[in-house]
Amino acid sequence: MRWAVTGLGHGTDNAFLVIAGVCLILFLLIIGLMSYFVFRYRRSKGVEPEDIHGNALLETAWTILPVLIVLYMFYYGWLGYDARRKVPEGALTIKANGQMWAWSFEYENGKPSDRLVVPEGRPVKVTLNSRDLIHSLYVPAFRVKQDAVPGLERTVWFTADETGEYDLFCTEYCGTGHSQMISKAIVMKESEFTAWLAGTAEAKAAPAPAAPAGAELFKSKGCAVCHTVDGKPLVGPTLKGIFGKKVRVSTAGKEREVTIDEDYIRRSELEPATDVVVGFPPIMPPQKGVLKEEEIKALIEYIKGLK
Amino acid sequence: MANEGAGYLGTEGRPGGISSWIFSTDHKRIGILYLVSILSFFVVGVSLGFLMRLELISHGPTIMEASTYNSVFTLHGVVMLFLFIIPAAPSIFGNFFLPIMIGANDVSFPRLNLLSWWFYMAGAALALATLALGPADTGWTFYAPYSLRTGTYVSLAVFAVFVLGLSSILTGINFVTTVHRLRAPGMGFWRLPLFVWAVYATAWIQIVATPILGVNLLLVIAERVFGIGVFDPAKGGDPILYQHLFWIYSHPAVYIMIIPGMGIISEIIPVFARKVIFGYRAIAYSSLGIAGVGSLVWGHHMFVSGSSYTAGVIFSFFTFLVAIPSAIKVFNWVGTLYKGSIVLGTPFLFALAFIFLFSIGGLTGLILGALSINVHLHDTYFVVSHFHYIKFGGAGFAFFAGLHYWLPKMTGRMYNTKVANWSCLVLFIGFNLLFFPMLILGIEGMPRRYFDYLPQYSTLQIVSIVGSWVLVTGLIMMFVNLIRGAFRGPRAPFNPWGSATLEWQIPSPPQRENFEKIPEVTKGPYDFRGLR
Ligand code: HEM
Ligand SMILES: [Cu+2]
Ligand SMILES: [Cu+2]
Repeated sequence: MRWAVTGLGHGTDNAFLVIAGVCLILFLLIIGLMSYFVFRYRRSKGVEPEDIHGNALLETAWTILPVLIVLYMFYYGWLGYDARRKVPEGALTIKANGQMWAWSFEYENGKPSDRLVVPEGRPVKVTLNSRDLIHSLYVPAFRVKQDAVPGLERTVWFTADETGEYDLFCTEYCGTGHSQMISKAIVMKESEFTAWLAGTAEAKAAPAPAAPAGAELFKSKGCAVCHTVDGKPLVGPTLKGIFGKKVRVSTAGKEREVTIDEDYIRRSELEPATDVVVGFPPIMPPQKGVLKEEEIKALIEYIKGLK
Repeated sequence: MANEGAGYLGTEGRPGGISSWIFSTDHKRIGILYLVSILSFFVVGVSLGFLMRLELISHGPTIMEASTYNSVFTLHGVVMLFLFIIPAAPSIFGNFFLPIMIGANDVSFPRLNLLSWWFYMAGAALALATLALGPADTGWTFYAPYSLRTGTYVSLAVFAVFVLGLSSILTGINFVTTVHRLRAPGMGFWRLPLFVWAVYATAWIQIVATPILGVNLLLVIAERVFGIGVFDPAKGGDPILYQHLFWIYSHPAVYIMIIPGMGIISEIIPVFARKVIFGYRAIAYSSLGIAGVGSLVWGHHMFVSGSSYTAGVIFSFFTFLVAIPSAIKVFNWVGTLYKGSIVLGTPFLFALAFIFLFSIGGLTGLILGALSINVHLHDTYFVVSHFHYIKFGGAGFAFFAGLHYWLPKMTGRMYNTKVANWSCLVLFIGFNLLFFPMLILGIEGMPRRYFDYLPQYSTLQIVSIVGSWVLVTGLIMMFVNLIRGAFRGPRAPFNPWGSATLEWQIPSPPQRENFEKIPEVTKGPYDFRGLR
């Protein structure tokens, strides 16, 4: 087992060692006694069995002792949990968003990231949201896990005390891409982090274009998880050559036919539940408030160009 | 099966046509119906589990795609829980033996009993029909809002579980009534065999908790079909409410699975130690205790879903308390061995394996119940391992123990005990190879319901996969041996193990009418004086 790299995690590890240790002792005791009795009192020794109906003292003891043991375990587990409740003041706030099937993070200065980058030794508070289903943010090395529930903001906090790259998973089952909803949590030295946050750390010497090309957005915004551009439907319909075509959609429960134009694409991005293509589940997360105006335009152009 | 003039199994030496079985109201025939159907579904469930393991032998799609894998684990869960382990002990052994053990000729409502089996089969048919149409891919938990949105046949799968729940409730009602109304003269509550106590406690959970599941499932269907917003936040619903309603049933359901198994073990241990069970009343009360406290712990499945902090602490507290009655049972079983005269019969070997595996299951449960540790281990392979230790290592091995204990009575024939002992050993080794590595995988952070995994988890995954091969070998050995024994084994005597309970005082197999004259009970179920 690899030790935790957060303060909270040390508490968890201690509780684990103590509780698992007690459990191991209990287990050895039970199995040891059982094996000894089976060996010692085997039939072939030819001893008459002795009917013992019970023993009040013994039975009381083995009720009360375990109660004390489990209360101790309960208390120990609670201690480590209590610490998780109080977010220290001055914590760096990062917004995290789950969506089928990618994580996205946003920093106080508006910087977006698909990895959770945090400074070493500073408390970090993550506020979690989800655009579609329940996901769960899990960084094993931090011993941190919290469900992201659509419509209900949740928070977790931690202070990472060792630089490095750690796995970040989704642990609430969320469909086909659940096991691909993996990213990294990266702990940096404070100075490095400041540079990263300001955007100067990335080796992008060339000034980034104002709006990234549609093709890039299509990947980075997670569209490609459900839509292909090669004609094969996936979770959602393929987007190859759809512009100008007619398609059957279900609008408020009624089927109708529409022609795919710019307006339709825009509507499908922002409020996908309005017109749902017949034969596909209504599961696409709405991108309203997620995509910026230039990004919407770039994506429409990109989709128009898919021949 | 044995039939030469053989009691309930046939009239004048013939087992009779299929309709004399599927329309029979004889509790013993219904028990056999359940035996055959439940074991068939168990084979389906094992095959699915086996395929899931095989898929993970290499990275990326090996024998199936991610979406198929997701459907497979959903179906595996649904089949194993609702078609195998929930009904296995109560519906097979409960039906067959509960009336005989209390000195009755049948259950209180024989026709209702048959109806339960039909509901069970209907539910099973619906569940398996989804396989052809487009199996649900939600996991057996059907969590909202995913279960409300995915395009697969969730409504049908949910309806199947609803129908199975109905069957479970009817069986529960039947058993409670039977225990209260049909005990033979002299069979006071404190002379009931502990298996009867266990089935009785289970029946109460079935009656009280299952309707909540029913309502919950109907709400899911209503939401899917009519678009009513109950659980889907996009429609103003609350997905956390779903989890509460789901676990209010499904946690007690864990005890529906394990308590009858504990009852089986409580029958077997004294018989093979040749002495009275230690702490009879404590074992009986602890079944009721588990049933009671067990209904107050459902929130331990939701520590990280962000419900209130206080609720988390309270649920953790009760989770630790519910461990006590289970621990007491284990102590009593081990205590019974003290100063016994122990015969190492096959059922007893399975019972020892049960104590070993169930202890691991229970103790890992304590680890999971501790709040701060739960945050780390929740929804990882640690949980997968923990519940397999409880449900398969515990309830499953208890069921196997029961099969080896009671089949000679049910079929009138004996299996080969040597092969049976070997199959127990192979199963035990396979089981631990399969599931122990998962505990470590979980501690190292591997999430469950993952179709693929990061390279650092490969070694342990492979060990576990090899374990699944060993386990399946053991299962094949065991079943082939039992089936051969049932049809061709040598005749079994009345009372091959020297048991004191009533089912062993009548012929093997029993007559159509259990007792020509309802017996008068004059001693306790584990009084072996005169039988040693
Ligand atoms: C051959 C024996 C078995 C094998 C190889 C096996 C294997 C597995 C595996 C690999 C998983 C999925 C873990 C994950 O990805 O989360 C799983 C899940 C599960 N298994 Fe088994 N299992 C076996 C027997 C059983 C038995 C006997 C039971 C119940 C009595 C059972 C009940 C379950 C349940 C309830 C799940 C959870 C399904 C879900 O996540 O929705 N399994 N099993
Ligand atoms: Cu997920
Ligand atoms: Cu539970």
